[in-house]
Amino acid sequence: MYRYDEFDATFVAERVKQFRGQVERRLAGELGEDEFRPLRLQNGLYLQLHAYMLRIAVPYGVLSSKQLRKLAFIARRYDKGFGHFTTRQNIQFNWPELVDVPDILDHLASVEMHAIQTSGNCIRNVTADHFAGVAPDEIEDPRVWAEIIRQWSTLHPEFAFLPRKFKIAVTGASHDRAAVKFHDIGLKMVKNEAGEIGFEVIVGGGMGRTPAIGPTIRGFLPKQHLLSYLEAVLRVYNLLGRRDNLYKARIKILVAATGTQEFARLVEEEWARIKDGALTLPAEEVARIERYFQPPAYEKLPAISTELETAKRGDATFARWLKANTHAHKVDGYSIVTISLKPEGGAPGDASADQMDLIADLADEYSFKELRVTHHQNLVLPNVRKQDLYALWQRLAAVRLANPNVGFLTDIIACPGLDYCNLANARSIPIAQRLSRRFNDFQRLEEIGELRLNISGCINACGHHHAGNIGILGVDKQGEEFYQITLGGSSKDDSSIGKIIGPAFAIDQVADAVENIVNVYLEKRTGQDERFLETFRRVGIDPFKEKVYGNSQARRPAAE
Amino acid sequence: MTVQVVTANRLRDGVIVWLTADLGWSEEFTESRPLRDEAEAKAALEAAGVAVKARLVVGPYLAEVDETPEGLKPNSARERIRASRLPTITPDQGSWTGRIEG
Ligand code: SF4
Repeated sequence: MYRYDEFDATFVAERVKQFRGQVERRLAGELGEDEFRPLRLQNGLYLQLHAYMLRIAVPYGVLSSKQLRKLAFIARRYDKGFGHFTTRQNIQFNWPELVDVPDILDHLASVEMHAIQTSGNCIRNVTADHFAGVAPDEIEDPRVWAEIIRQWSTLHPEFAFLPRKFKIAVTGASHDRAAVKFHDIGLKMVKNEAGEIGFEVIVGGGMGRTPAIGPTIRGFLPKQHLLSYLEAVLRVYNLLGRRDNLYKARIKILVAATGTQEFARLVEEEWARIKDGALTLPAEEVARIERYFQPPAYEKLPAISTELETAKRGDATFARWLKANTHAHKVDGYSIVTISLKPEGGAPGDASADQMDLIADLADEYSFKELRVTHHQNLVLPNVRKQDLYALWQRLAAVRLANPNVGFLTDIIACPGLDYCNLANARSIPIAQRLSRRFNDFQRLEEIGELRLNISGCINACGHHHAGNIGILGVDKQGEEFYQITLGGSSKDDSSIGKIIGPAFAIDQVADAVENIVNVYLEKRTGQDERFLETFRRVGIDPFKEKVYGNSQARRPAAE
Repeated sequence: MTVQVVTANRLRDGVIVWLTADLGWSEEFTESRPLRDEAEAKAALEAAGVAVKARLVVGPYLAEVDETPEGLKPNSARERIRASRLPTITPDQGSWTGRIEG
């Protein structure tokens, strides 16, 4: 993985020093909260419901075992023994004290991490396919390009005060695992007719109050022009994006208002001016970055492991986990393993310090010291020998980390919600907990098949509810929590935005409503290979509505 | 007018605090000073403003509460969670376990 060069190391160290001074000045009264707030936000420090919250960047979701161990140390020493992995492939600590944050940042810097670009109206920490570099369907490793974007965007002076925050996602695979159409800019590596590799550039997607699936503004961008083209998009946005209205400031609003074609024209016009300038990527520089992402020393192994086949036949629980939580690897004899952070009754994405330490050990032993954070709030060991899977599974199962639910209904995405978040309308985690208990029958989960259920505690949509096959959104009714359900969202290649099923539900009604929705699907599907989304698209929302609300007005919740 | 209280976060550690009868700050919601009219609310906010200047708290605001025979009760989901000083997540499950014994 990428290692800091001298420039990275110096600027991160300087930032920590600066922030230490800023905290001191705040505590000494030289800075008021109005002056201090933007400074702490630029260092990932929020003030939430119960305490401060520190959001740490995990660039494109790639984490080393050493870094994870450091996160465990921070969780134990400065927090309350756990951390929360987010849908932006980052990690949040929910309880740091302001006075400790400079020390925490020092610890992070010692393992080449920081909390910059995790807040504010800048280009945020770039995200990528969590199977980057190991997926068999990959055209090219997107980490190289994500790293190039990271270097270009970090502290980019021209884009430090954009109209609003700005999120970029990259995938190098043919199947979209990075939700590229739901980002301000989504980059998908593609091959053109001449067989050259470049980027499809998608602009103006997003979640939030006004969800949008980003349109493609350029079908093929040669790789060496990536930065100049991104710069052109950002310039058009920086100039024309609205600054008068917070809710209309994202680039998706600008693209929709301008029209895709016209927006693309403006970008091309700007690009024509800066193309072939200083931002053109020299081949040597790309090669230098590429070297950081060389494949590890894979062994030459047979595609089929006899040890694995034997273990699978002898242990049905293991076989179930194997099916759900491991994925094809590009190298024979290896697997990608997803460690589910969604135990029955747990908070999605939470990991205790002990779990983090253990997972770091497992990464050392089984996966070339490397891990990934997924936007589904799970962790990934990207390089596990098939013959090691049974031993690995046993170690995970011993500490409740082997829930075989990846991709199933209980692999729930949930934002922190009103349990932690200052902006929340309603709690998310307790809904996830109830659903994970209600649907904790693995035979049933397998019967239901692939189903993505996402929960956000407010319209900011950090829990990606718009993109859930079933989405749940917390709404506020005179200070009390209600939940709106949407159906039919997807962030995959067949991206779509969920449709609201009807009036909102009280907290106690949500699990029943989901159960009803699932039952309608099971009843209506043509067979087990018709996924929830396909059935929904075929039959429409009405059968679900009828079942959920029935004819009886008495069952109909009051809230609209 | 409904009864109100003043609440804020402590600057040093972010902990939720409530303005008390003697214009100090407590981590206990039940020790909040009830504010029964505009004048009381205004005076309490002024006291909170002084605490902001003194770098004790950040972001003070008025929160509505219910006055019951058992004492003051927060009257929204948000303020109930704040008053409990903890997330509502079941303490015997998941990673929360590590935190709860303290
Ligand atoms: S969706 Fe809303 S409640 Fe959830 S984390 Fe984002 S801002 Fe907070």
